[in-house]
Amino acid sequence: MPKKIANTTNIVICGVGGQGIILASDVLCQAAFLEGFDVKKSEVHGMAQRGGSVITHVRFGKKIYSPLIEEGTSDFVLAFEKLEALRYAHYLKKSGRIIVDNREISPMSVLVGQADYPANIDRELEKSGKTDFVDATTVAVELGNMRVVNILLLGVLSKYLDFKRESWEESVRKNIKEKFVELNITAFNKGQTS
Amino acid sequence: MKSLLSGNEAVARGAWEAGCIVATAYPGTPSTEILENISKYPEINSEWSVNEKVALEVAAGASFAGARALVAMKHVGLNVAADPFFTMGYSGVTGGLVIVSADDPGMWSSQNEQDNRHYGRHAKVPVLEPADSNEAKIFTRIGFEISEKYDTPVLLRLTTRICHSSCLVDLGQRKETDIKGYVKDMKKRLVLPAHARVLHTIVEERLKKIAAYSELFRYNKIERGDKTLGIITSGVSYQYAKEVFPDASFLKLSLTYPLPEKSIRKFAKQVRRIIVVEEGDPILETEIKAMGIRVTGKEKIPLCGELTTRVLRDSFFKVRKSRKKEGRIPPRPPVLCPGCPHRGFFYIVNKLKLVATGDIGCYTLGALPPLNAMDTCVCMGASVTNAQGLEKALGKDFSKKLVAVLGDSTFFHSGITGLVNAVYNKGNLNLIILDNFTTAMTGHQPHPGTGKLARGEQGKRIPPEEIARGCGVELVRVVNPNDLKATEEAIKEALAYDGVAVLIFRRPCALLVKPRTPYRIDPELCNGCRLCLHIGCPAISLISPRGREKPLAVVDEALCVGCGLCVQLCQRDAIVLTEKSDA
Repeated sequence: MPKKIANTTNIVICGVGGQGIILASDVLCQAAFLEGFDVKKSEVHGMAQRGGSVITHVRFGKKIYSPLIEEGTSDFVLAFEKLEALRYAHYLKKSGRIIVDNREISPMSVLVGQADYPANIDRELEKSGKTDFVDATTVAVELGNMRVVNILLLGVLSKYLDFKRESWEESVRKNIKEKFVELNITAFNKGQTS
Repeated sequence: MKSLLSGNEAVARGAWEAGCIVATAYPGTPSTEILENISKYPEINSEWSVNEKVALEVAAGASFAGARALVAMKHVGLNVAADPFFTMGYSGVTGGLVIVSADDPGMWSSQNEQDNRHYGRHAKVPVLEPADSNEAKIFTRIGFEISEKYDTPVLLRLTTRICHSSCLVDLGQRKETDIKGYVKDMKKRLVLPAHARVLHTIVEERLKKIAAYSELFRYNKIERGDKTLGIITSGVSYQYAKEVFPDASFLKLSLTYPLPEKSIRKFAKQVRRIIVVEEGDPILETEIKAMGIRVTGKEKIPLCGELTTRVLRDSFFKVRKSRKKEGRIPPRPPVLCPGCPHRGFFYIVNKLKLVATGDIGCYTLGALPPLNAMDTCVCMGASVTNAQGLEKALGKDFSKKLVAVLGDSTFFHSGITGLVNAVYNKGNLNLIILDNFTTAMTGHQPHPGTGKLARGEQGKRIPPEEIARGCGVELVRVVNPNDLKATEEAIKEALAYDGVAVLIFRRPCALLVKPRTPYRIDPELCNGCRLCLHIGCPAISLISPRGREKPLAVVDEALCVGCGLCVQLCQRDAIVLTEKSDA
């Protein structure tokens, strides 16, 4: 890889349409911006919603050109579902890390019995790179709102990023409706201390 | 001040800063958020128009009045708007007119990956191609300036990775512009043959002037680097090329029609060899080759699909084989949402084994298994007219097995003319309007059937059934598609009827209504017959409980919104409301 982009951090965020993936990437980008980085983000709308597979690319560093992460170069794959983690695991670089919610959502082909959800998916993921399995949905449900899974997972990611706490909090406040801010910060803390 | 903006947000901001006064659009991925964001600015009189042709003509009218106007659409939208687009190319502008085309390389949400830079050349309209959000904002303003200075509409050409990528954008303040006011000028705006002959010569002269401007345009710029390799590129391709060829010399083009020939020749002399890096068609490449300059381009870089850093690297260097686990991972295509009101209709189409000419919207997903209930999808409104053509070729009997299906927003966009055509030409069209009170696919924009306007205020509601009756249709029914029996009866009535029938299946989009009490499946009553799986609801799946031979169906209560469609299919009354109903 060219030197100029070697200090870039690449994060793939993926899951199933409707899980709050785009909001998660917005919060991450804003936090990186507050840390003083050049930031780029790319996502796809439209057909990718409606329960389809969703991926967003987040990149930050000194100077970012491409809004897309090249496969094999991602520092993290932050996944809201295991099958989606596996689908995009090829983006991960060798020393990269997968952070994945311990959650399986079957696509239609599996629901109607035409395909199988991969057995041993945990082992498959571990073959792609270091993997953190997080009970994000379970904890979110305990907190009383499944929708905070995204911020909880960002809390887990925050353990590996050298961002100031204020950057994360300010970003959450900027991107999330006021009445949900406290709940989301609680979820973030749960992720960070997991 | 800097802010993180998507390309679409940046165009909206750029329009506002440039003193834009009127903005119009029809929703279409990846362009939709442009008008959604513009409509937040009270200074801009914005509207969702019923289609792109209408949108462009309204914007052109605003330009006639001397006001700065912007119109936004997806790439195929410009096909719909092509007629006024070409004429405006001759007529020119009074107030600046920026036409935004959002192309979709890779077809993330489109039926083709046409490269709309061709339209610039074809209609003799200058083309600006931003490479990120910051340029998208700046070029929107420059677009207005070029438009007014050279008396021409300007095509601002975006792509999915510009529209839906975000980066840091320098924010400015709004600079108000004056509305010049309407002054009659028939030679310019009444484009009759006699006037058009004069206008054409003016257009050719204008292009020469813009080409001269292009030579000095500061965003057509050379970045000096290694002299052995020169890259000529534009748009998002620049970003990929900077990563693959970080040391090369660059000629980054931003005004890509008309091209700055002198600058290109100068650059060609400075470097030993040239690669033209462009996504889509070889437009720069062809023009540069026509100047007699030797370049490498599409013989290495793929014509089809989206360009990425990886694809570009792969075109010139040996890269390690992708570790993508294709084939082993079940795909996850988008599906009709749980509780989607379109589902019941498609179930009946499948059950009756009808031929269904289809159209463009969420409901195109009715083509997927297990519903398999759509045969065609050509362009907006083609469901109606394709059905009429099938009947013309195959006779009236065929229309007894044929329905044309489109959504409410698509009906307003371009279904009405087809309906009039069928009534007028004595067709036996069975037109189905799936009316969910919104433009759902693109993120719930209002349309005439909702009566809501872009900026949230109430407008006049135009019910599709009144349009149908007004067009002379005598059999018009409004039906609840969550009632399978009523749905089947209405379809059978329409099929049996001689003449044009219009059925409106009306139920709000499931994403816009509060979920009702979810259902569950009683494992003691379920015998695993799989009937409930035939509607393709993502909330219903099979599990294999211990000690039971056959897998049984279960409802995911977190996904179920209580539409009750599956209840009507179960022969054993196994699908029952969850306890929450008692609360």
